[in-house]
Amino acid sequence: MKRHDIYTLPILIWLSLFFTIPLSITVIMSFMSSTPYGGVTLPFTVGNYVEIMKGRILAILWRTIRISALSTLITLGLSLPVSFFMATSKWKNLLLMATIIPFWTNFIIRIFAWIFLLGNNGMLNNILIQLGIVKNPITFLYNSWAVVVVIVYTYLPYMILPIYSAMEKFDFSMIDAAMDLGATKIRAIFKVMFPSIKGGITAGILFVFIPALGSYAIPELVGGRDSVMLGNLIAWEITTARNWPYATALSNILFVSTALALFLYLKIQGSDGK
Amino acid sequence: MDKDGAVYSVELENVTKIFDESTVAMKNVSLKVKKGEFFSILGPSGCGKTTTLRIIGGFETPNEGTVRIDGRRVNNLPPNRRPVNMVFQNYALFPHLSVFENIAFPLRLKKMTESEIREKVEYMVELVKLKGQERKFPRQLSGGQKQRVALARALVNEPRVLLLDEPLSSLDAKLRQYMLMELDRIHDEVGITFIYVTHDQAEAMSVSDEIAVMNNGVIEQVGTPPEIYESPANTFVAGFIGETNFFVGKVVDVSSEYLKVETRFGILTCYKDKEAKIGDTVEFMIRPEKVYVTKNYPPQNMNFLRGKVDQLIYLGSHTKYYIMVENTLIRSIKQHTRYWMDESTISWDDEVYVWWNPDDSYLIKVTGG
Repeated sequence: MKRHDIYTLPILIWLSLFFTIPLSITVIMSFMSSTPYGGVTLPFTVGNYVEIMKGRILAILWRTIRISALSTLITLGLSLPVSFFMATSKWKNLLLMATIIPFWTNFIIRIFAWIFLLGNNGMLNNILIQLGIVKNPITFLYNSWAVVVVIVYTYLPYMILPIYSAMEKFDFSMIDAAMDLGATKIRAIFKVMFPSIKGGITAGILFVFIPALGSYAIPELVGGRDSVMLGNLIAWEITTARNWPYATALSNILFVSTALALFLYLKIQGSDGK
Repeated sequence: MDKDGAVYSVELENVTKIFDESTVAMKNVSLKVKKGEFFSILGPSGCGKTTTLRIIGGFETPNEGTVRIDGRRVNNLPPNRRPVNMVFQNYALFPHLSVFENIAFPLRLKKMTESEIREKVEYMVELVKLKGQERKFPRQLSGGQKQRVALARALVNEPRVLLLDEPLSSLDAKLRQYMLMELDRIHDEVGITFIYVTHDQAEAMSVSDEIAVMNNGVIEQVGTPPEIYESPANTFVAGFIGETNFFVGKVVDVSSEYLKVETRFGILTCYKDKEAKIGDTVEFMIRPEKVYVTKNYPPQNMNFLRGKVDQLIYLGSHTKYYIMVENTLIRSIKQHTRYWMDESTISWDDEVYVWWNPDDSYLIKVTGG
């Protein structure tokens, strides 16, 4: 062993223990079959993957991607103006604080807060009925839209923070310069600011899209039958169906599609301009 | 005069700009800049000079007053619709675009054809001497080169007025001097009005046709460099431009050309640049290069004081003397027109005469007494 290898040893151990080994286990397990009591057995088979490719799981996979992509898009749409406002505000640090404060409350509690807000007996419905706008409560919850709303709410800071940090470093006199040279403010922002904060936008998209793909708690609590996502299916296979090989095969599908999305995105990012 | 009849390229009429209750950046500023002039706005930091430039550029809107460019009122025109372009203090080059694309930026916005763009950019690259650098990115350029790109980009649109916001402040002294001469050359070549904002009086003096001296949001004086230097409007201008010696005293005698003034150094004679009568309090100044320091008794009719050499700074082409007279330092500069070793015999702590011709002083202020 060369001397400098010693320094990388802890990281090597860390990665093997907590990343490589678990990943290998899921890969190996996904090629095995389950026993009636929830165990795992040989021989190796591709049966789990064949089962996935057969049908209704693809619909769930597609829905997972759709909900995640839509949530990411909305998050991005909200984060750009918010970050712009924060980066140009006098009270930068205060606003930054306000963005981070929700993290101090437990994630599950925050989802329940949404149930309290949007539920049939929730605050919003009560207000609407009190004001006489509707007679019977509207069912806001238990559909894909509720899932999207809560995903957007949950992951918004992960989008705002990288975009804000890129904008904060941006030299705003470049906008003045672009306007001076004949651009309208909107064009100046698109032609000069966006290329400069591209890195922040990329990071934000990845920080939101990837965890959204793996959503479990949000669709479980505010979603309905039409909004089951891959995460829920995996959980169901593990806990209720006790079919570990099938569950690991599903999680591998999720892993591969995430990696693929990441790869494609970076490829697109890298190819334009520079 | 132009076809359109306007003599002035830029006119400000009683412009006031207030940022919030506590900061008044410009108070009732009026300025007229002639066509084709190299006009400088000079002042210490925070005097409102950059605000003035930004008002002309359209980045700020005045609270009161009128801004005219080529005789046309432009108060409500955004920057992209004014016939002026600006060189920013930090250059504000677009980091993701090459030198060529930075310069082509305004042309692409105008949707010019590729061949027109090429032609114009090439002309500009030639003008600012950046040939061979077109494909580089801003981060690969030196400070002086960035400066040239910023200039080319601002000029390629063929503006009527070029605004320059302390463009040389981040360059080192030697390069600054060189770029200043380059600016002067480019100004001569393109022939448009340049408005140049700086806090460096030497920069402003060396290239400007006219200078406006600003302080605390007001224009203290507008004039040619010699006017500003030799006959400053007030103590601020006199003190801000170059070094000087001030004297305050009461008038004791008035003749047709001179005043006799009782100062704390005794009675001194000064040229009567302004009307004054006996008993008035006056303030006058004498520039150091007009003050002589000798061991010999001065010639007839000169103002003279006696003092001790406190400091002597030899600078090659000239020497600065600081003479202590009655607990006040009198400044003198001696230009060395002969071989120094033969010329100078004055040293530290020498008792000397400090003297000047009363004709060379300038009467700044008269207060009735």
